[in-house]
Amino acid sequence: MMVHTTVFIVLGVVTLGAALAVVTSKNLFHSALFLMLSFVGVAGFYVLLEAPFLAAVQILVYVGAIAVLIIFAIMLTRRLMAEDLVQRNAQWVWSALGALLLFGVLVVTLVQVNWPVVEAAVPEDSITALGQDLMGPYVIPFEAASILLLVALVGAVIIAREEE
Amino acid sequence: MAVTLYWYLIVAAALFCIGLYGVLSRRNAIGILMGVELMLNAVNINLLAFWRYQTPSVMTGQIFAIFAFTVAAAEAAVGLALVIAIYRNRDTVIIEDINQLKE
Amino acid sequence: MQEFFFNISWLIPLFPFVAFFVIILFTQGNRKLSHSISIASMGISWLIGWGVAFSAFTTAHLEEHPIHFHIDWFPIGSTWFQIGTWIDPLSAIMLFMVPFVCLMIFIYAVGYMGYGTDEVDPNYSRFFAYISLFAAGMLGLVVSENLLSLFISWEIMGLCSYLLIGFWIDKNYPDPDQITPREAGLKAFLVTKIGDLFLLLGILYLHSQTGSLSYDVVFSHGVLQTLAENMVTLPLLGTWSAASLIALLIFGGVVGKSAQFPLHVWLPDAMEGPTPVSALIHAATMVSAGVFLVVRIFPLLNIVVEMEHHNPAMGFIAFIGAFTAFFSSTIAVAQDDIKGVLAYSTISQLGYMIAALGVGAYVAGAFHLITHAFFKALLFLGSGSVIIGCHHEQDMMEMGGLREKMPITFWTFVAGGFALSGFPIITAGFWSKDEILAHAWHEFLHEGVVSWPFFVWLLLTLAAFLTAFYTGRQIWLTFLGKPRGHHAEHAHETPFSMTVPLMMLAFFALTLGFVGIPEEIVGHGNNWFHGFIGHEYPATPLSVPVMLLSALLAVGGLFLSWLVYGRKPLAHGEMDPLERGMQKIKLGWLYVAMRQKFYFDEIYQATFVQGSIKLADIFYQIDYFWVIEPIVRFVAKISRLLSKGTGIFDTIFIDKLVNMIGRVGVIFSDFLGVVDNKVLDGIVNSTGRGGVLLSFFSGLTDNKVIDGIVNRIAEVTGWIGVKILRPIQTGKVQNYLLVVLVTILALLGLYLVY
Repeated sequence: MMVHTTVFIVLGVVTLGAALAVVTSKNLFHSALFLMLSFVGVAGFYVLLEAPFLAAVQILVYVGAIAVLIIFAIMLTRRLMAEDLVQRNAQWVWSALGALLLFGVLVVTLVQVNWPVVEAAVPEDSITALGQDLMGPYVIPFEAASILLLVALVGAVIIAREEE
Repeated sequence: MAVTLYWYLIVAAALFCIGLYGVLSRRNAIGILMGVELMLNAVNINLLAFWRYQTPSVMTGQIFAIFAFTVAAAEAAVGLALVIAIYRNRDTVIIEDINQLKE
Repeated sequence: MQEFFFNISWLIPLFPFVAFFVIILFTQGNRKLSHSISIASMGISWLIGWGVAFSAFTTAHLEEHPIHFHIDWFPIGSTWFQIGTWIDPLSAIMLFMVPFVCLMIFIYAVGYMGYGTDEVDPNYSRFFAYISLFAAGMLGLVVSENLLSLFISWEIMGLCSYLLIGFWIDKNYPDPDQITPREAGLKAFLVTKIGDLFLLLGILYLHSQTGSLSYDVVFSHGVLQTLAENMVTLPLLGTWSAASLIALLIFGGVVGKSAQFPLHVWLPDAMEGPTPVSALIHAATMVSAGVFLVVRIFPLLNIVVEMEHHNPAMGFIAFIGAFTAFFSSTIAVAQDDIKGVLAYSTISQLGYMIAALGVGAYVAGAFHLITHAFFKALLFLGSGSVIIGCHHEQDMMEMGGLREKMPITFWTFVAGGFALSGFPIITAGFWSKDEILAHAWHEFLHEGVVSWPFFVWLLLTLAAFLTAFYTGRQIWLTFLGKPRGHHAEHAHETPFSMTVPLMMLAFFALTLGFVGIPEEIVGHGNNWFHGFIGHEYPATPLSVPVMLLSALLAVGGLFLSWLVYGRKPLAHGEMDPLERGMQKIKLGWLYVAMRQKFYFDEIYQATFVQGSIKLADIFYQIDYFWVIEPIVRFVAKISRLLSKGTGIFDTIFIDKLVNMIGRVGVIFSDFLGVVDNKVLDGIVNSTGRGGVLLSFFSGLTDNKVIDGIVNRIAEVTGWIGVKILRPIQTGKVQNYLLVVLVTILALLGLYLVY
């Protein structure tokens, strides 16, 4: 139990710390690297939550694809990434205040609610069950999601393509 | 001290708010997108935490998380493509300079 | 053999559907191949359709045991949606009518769109693709076994009507007020969408109540009873049973699709499409889909009648139908466009059917639906033939004398027109229309004179007379007399691809009525139509006075119109005799109103269209001038007032005070001087000096402190105005997001506090 808690705390510190660095770092490239770290931390949470498949997907999709994509985009727009450029806009104080307030409200609300909790173990073959559910009752949303990805892919190519 | 559902929810809330701050305060469009990704991650932590502590025997929670992944991937692809397109057309990714909504 | 046809009934909508994709994807360049694919696929559908229909005609007890095929389609949570076919007597007679009429129209379209001539339409192939899809939608709607696939087909037709009405997309008119095809298509789409929203609501409500949309579940007696017993109280509208509520919501969709008052405005403008489309929309498919749907959901209406002996929802439906039937026939009387007359006549006849279903005449409504489809398709195709023959002239005032020049068109048009008027005995329209009138009369005898069936009957009877009159007017104006325009002088008969469908349709327009002659005439059990489709509903009793009256009205209306228009044909440019007559009896304004369609378009334009634009403008004004600007200005004004106020306060009060103190000091020193000008001089002087000093200090406070505060306030408010309120409208998304966040926080705060 102690190990679990320790791991959670470490993960929390890493994830939130990296996330803070993402939004505050002056260098956008550093932001992207911290973002990857934060994603890895979230994947760690998934492992703690006994969702290994999701953890793997998190690493693959977020760290492997999205973060790399972001870095790629930073490279492409490199000229504007000069160090001396101000990365915060005029309303950042208000934004910070608002975000903090929202956090406060959320925590107050969360703590007040007595969430029903089921003390049950995750089934042994949860990944199998997941696959069967995806191909069974959720096959229509699954297919819709695949179409969405296809459309997004085509759309992204068309939007980003150089005009001839 | 055992880890409870509350811990996860609070971490997720914190991550969400950090992401929100990023979205609101970054001048750079790519920075904003990073904030959005953080927010989506927070949502996924919530989904999985509720799944683990409330209905671990049914896979619905995980499936929702998978769909959230899908949407996030689509969003990132299209979002970054838009950034590059804007950069190409207007030579900037500073979001304050892009204010056609005013006109 | 029957089994075979029932088993392949799912293929019926599939052929035109596939044809659509084949044409649109592969054969756009080849006109001949395109129309061959389209007509062949429709022909196969027609063969299967008639196979299914005649198999159904010869199957016993079909009404109690419909043929039902279904497979699981897709899961939604724990239940599955089904897809499949449902062959009951109603879909059987629709399968008799729809594919045949569609096929006739397809063949006709080859000639109409100018195949093989110089005037061939540049988008000829696409036209055939669209009408194939349209037919697929209608056939799918007829055979579908649940309301979901029905709704999908319904929307396919909505899309096709938009595409087809606006088919001549680049057509413009010199008169900017005249509606162009693309505007008409848009109008049809949007207006019917209003109704579709209700339909969707009805379907969703039905699903939430029963957990299914398949006919065998929702129309089973147990489910219907539960629905009828489940009472819902609505604000303002009172208490309704769920069954009535669902039926009324679905009826909302019908009002849009079947162009009933008040959503009828799109249909006359739909005439901007090519004439085969008008025939498709106004005869065989879209508008009859609406009536078909009411017939479909009739059990929902009937169960309430069975349980409570009356159903206000049906009264409402009947009244809408009867009113539509009457008022649109008055508009039809004053139209000069040959298709305009037919458009309003269609609205009117649909009103008849709706009214029939509203008074409970299930069989009569379905009967009129079928006969009307045939003779209205015939009339539209006939008018199209006239239009082509007259080189795209549509104004009846420019026609005349076409009887010799276009004999086939003339005689078939007369057959269709007489069927529409309800010419006694020899036309189909007579038998079906008479049955509706008889049923309304029967209900009215049942309920008494001051009841709604009486008004329904009265309106329908008046409409019957007007129908005969305007139909006669149309025939005489178009075909009799001398040509009034040069187009009509050079008119020619149209090719066989157009006249053959006319003759085929004319045959049915005359003879189809014989399957539904009342039993009192042909003997018990010989009313085939009633026995087939609705023997569980009571037959309409024959009413000799009503039958005589409707025969008299039909003949009388035709004769009267002959007296007005046929006996002494109009000369070119002559005023419509009816208008002249009405002007004489000081009713000229009424004629103008009729001609202008009672200004519905103008009224909707002024209310709904302008209204929504105005509303958007008002919101903008509120947003900009009443919220943001005024706050800025208000704050500025307040601060200005404040500074002025403190200035006044300053000059009046503080100065007075200072002066007062000084004066008091002087008076005091005078007083003391009087008492003792020697001893206390020092004290007095110092007091006076103190007063002067005080006034100096107060002056200082005055200048520095008060003014300072005033200036600060003005600055702060100015800053709020400039820095906070004005940047709110920056056009920058992040600002808007922040505002959203603040709003959410405020709402959350409210939620937490309470």
